[in-house]
Amino acid sequence: MSDLHRRDLVIELLKDRPKDLLVVSGLGSSCWDLANAGDVAENFYVWGAMGGAAMIGYGLARAQPQRRVLVLTGDGDMLMGMGAFATIANNPVQNLAIVVLDNGRFGETGGQPTHTSGPADLAGIAKAAGIPTTATIAKQAEVEPLKELALKTPGPVVAVVKVVYEDLKFVLPANSGSYLKDRFRTAILGEDAA
Amino acid sequence: MTETALDWHAEVFATLQAEGITQVCHVPDAGHSRLIKMCEEDNAMSTVTCTTEQEGIYALAGAYLGGAKGVMLLQSSGVGNIINALAMPNTCRIPLLMVATMRGEWGEFNSWQVPMGQGTPGSLEAMGVRLIRVDNPEEVPMAVKAAARLAFDGEQMVAVLISQKVIGFKDFRELAK
Repeated sequence: MSDLHRRDLVIELLKDRPKDLLVVSGLGSSCWDLANAGDVAENFYVWGAMGGAAMIGYGLARAQPQRRVLVLTGDGDMLMGMGAFATIANNPVQNLAIVVLDNGRFGETGGQPTHTSGPADLAGIAKAAGIPTTATIAKQAEVEPLKELALKTPGPVVAVVKVVYEDLKFVLPANSGSYLKDRFRTAILGEDAA
Repeated sequence: MTETALDWHAEVFATLQAEGITQVCHVPDAGHSRLIKMCEEDNAMSTVTCTTEQEGIYALAGAYLGGAKGVMLLQSSGVGNIINALAMPNTCRIPLLMVATMRGEWGEFNSWQVPMGQGTPGSLEAMGVRLIRVDNPEEVPMAVKAAARLAFDGEQMVAVLISQKVIGFKDFRELAK
């Protein structure tokens, strides 16, 4: 069992955040975790699109090869989009890391157990799909190496972090998709992008 | 494959280049196979084979967030795999260009292709996608150009639906003889 708490972990990951880092959340808890760690224009908050976070980050990484892209998502989202592991591994990019905050639950719908509460091993699936660097993190002592994996290690990286299932306050970012898109694009591409 | 069919692939490729398309996502389709090959062979095009079409919709949304224009190449049966994914370009007003080859409509021999082929226009329209239908090979390049302009200048989700009339009859039973 893990004693890692997702909110603290995301704050720790994004402390002294590199200027060039772009972060894409998954829907639900990971979106609130990202907002809680500090709102900046270089965050793209996904409020839906279940199963899509890894591929959104991948497309972004392909379009912005000079910048590091971090996808912060949950086990429910990643389970729905596992084909992304095969697609990304088949056509890899170095500037992408996917961190899955795995509490083994569908958090927004009543905490029903996900398949990672059962036998499914997302890091193992990613590795078998061909992702070159994968890890499962479950201890505080592994958080520093996780920062390296998330922010520096040549990608594609998939790091699954086992976190405690807990009832947390909603921390809601702006929810207008068109606003978030324009804000993100103008931050990295300039005012003409809006 | 006829000479005309060969031509429209090359012209569509040139159109994609001229419109600044640099990201190509696809789940392979026989009707797109020459176009896919041309995209893969061009260093300026970043071409990704997806395990399911919804991956492509998300990857292209991400690419647009990063300032790149892309196209999704798919078959009508794949349209069924992208419906919920379209919520993202819809609500974010992210331009989306798709080119779909149709099955299940014009002399289809495989009954399994019929439901999604017949359901493709209605499903896309229900999600807010603008449709440009093409029945003749010579119209395909201009339709792709018009669709790219409508998508990226008009901030719309646009699909060019290439009729099975353009692709031609397909009957594996002939090949199985």
